[in-house]
Amino acid sequence: MPEPRGPVSEWVVARLASYRPSALPRPPDTPSTLDDEAIALWTLHELSYQGFEDATELAESDPDVSRTRFRLEATLESRLRERWVRVAPTPAEVPEALEQLAAQDAGPSLADHVRRHADADQVLEMLRQRSIYQLKEADPTTWVVPRLPTRAKAALMELQFDEYGNGNPNRLHAHLFARGLDAVGLCADYGAYVDGALPETLELNNALSMFGLNRRLRGAAMGHLAAFEMSSSIPARKIAQGLDRLGLAGPMSAYYDEHVEADAVHEITAAHAICGTLAEDEPDQAAEIMFGAFTCLDLEGRMAGALLDSWRSAA
Amino acid sequence: MSENDIPHADVVLQPHGPMLIRGAATVQDEDGVVHPVERPVVAVCRCGKSSRLPWCDSTHKLIPRG
Repeated sequence: MPEPRGPVSEWVVARLASYRPSALPRPPDTPSTLDDEAIALWTLHELSYQGFEDATELAESDPDVSRTRFRLEATLESRLRERWVRVAPTPAEVPEALEQLAAQDAGPSLADHVRRHADADQVLEMLRQRSIYQLKEADPTTWVVPRLPTRAKAALMELQFDEYGNGNPNRLHAHLFARGLDAVGLCADYGAYVDGALPETLELNNALSMFGLNRRLRGAAMGHLAAFEMSSSIPARKIAQGLDRLGLAGPMSAYYDEHVEADAVHEITAAHAICGTLAEDEPDQAAEIMFGAFTCLDLEGRMAGALLDSWRSAA
Repeated sequence: MSENDIPHADVVLQPHGPMLIRGAATVQDEDGVVHPVERPVVAVCRCGKSSRLPWCDSTHKLIPRG
């Protein structure tokens, strides 16, 4: 499990490590730092992915653990909703509203920096931050499948099938990323770099897990997917160019290369066949789709900004 | 109810975007070169500006719509 960053994550790690009901004090319920709450929630969400060797599997359904997760999720969700610049398109307008949102995104771009200016250390740091999500790429979205109406469900499965390598484990995207990490000399073990994860990286991951785990947030999960795919193809090409410039061509470059063509398809599927039909079938999800899309772009921008700032101040 | 009650085409011309082709094994480009298809749905460039011809690389999004 990760190193705790404050009282909440200390409680979480201690609770998960020693499963004996009532053996530990009640969880702290006063607000802590963003960093502490982010690593605590990340740790709790991981119980639903790969778990931890040093955490009991029973903890996933422990009432105190669940209560802590829900409290941290509520805090995160209200923060995300406060940031949201609300738009409420009609269901028919959803695909175009998504396209506009992605096209107007003016957040800082890691891809532009990597393409032209980044040094190798900066690229490796970006890959370590990215590894927190990319080693479970597509997984949080898969939780949403059973909650969707027929058309959106079929379209999401078609997209996810591609994410998971179309049945070929060698082409599974998370596995391609792991091979890329290995090739550039980084550790490809799941969660290996979580102790160095920025609060912004954790917040981005936690939002995605929260959207995936809660049926209520299915629209936000699909909006997030659409925005992610719509802001992937062109940046992936720039990152592949940057990797080549730095002599890091090979499997990591191939990973980004794969996303240029894959996401040119996925962004259309996500905006039209998934989000468009979901909004038509469940009109109250139109605004939620936009909330998820905004959140994706906003959190990606915050993470990029945090990394770029750290490099600027180090220079 | 017909056999296919939900409209679902194998080839879709995306407005201001590529041509999506579902279930193709190969695509032949303008020079007669045959490219294998490795995914269930592939996007074929229609703007001509892609760096991955014959595939779409989303470059069309950077072209102002006339």
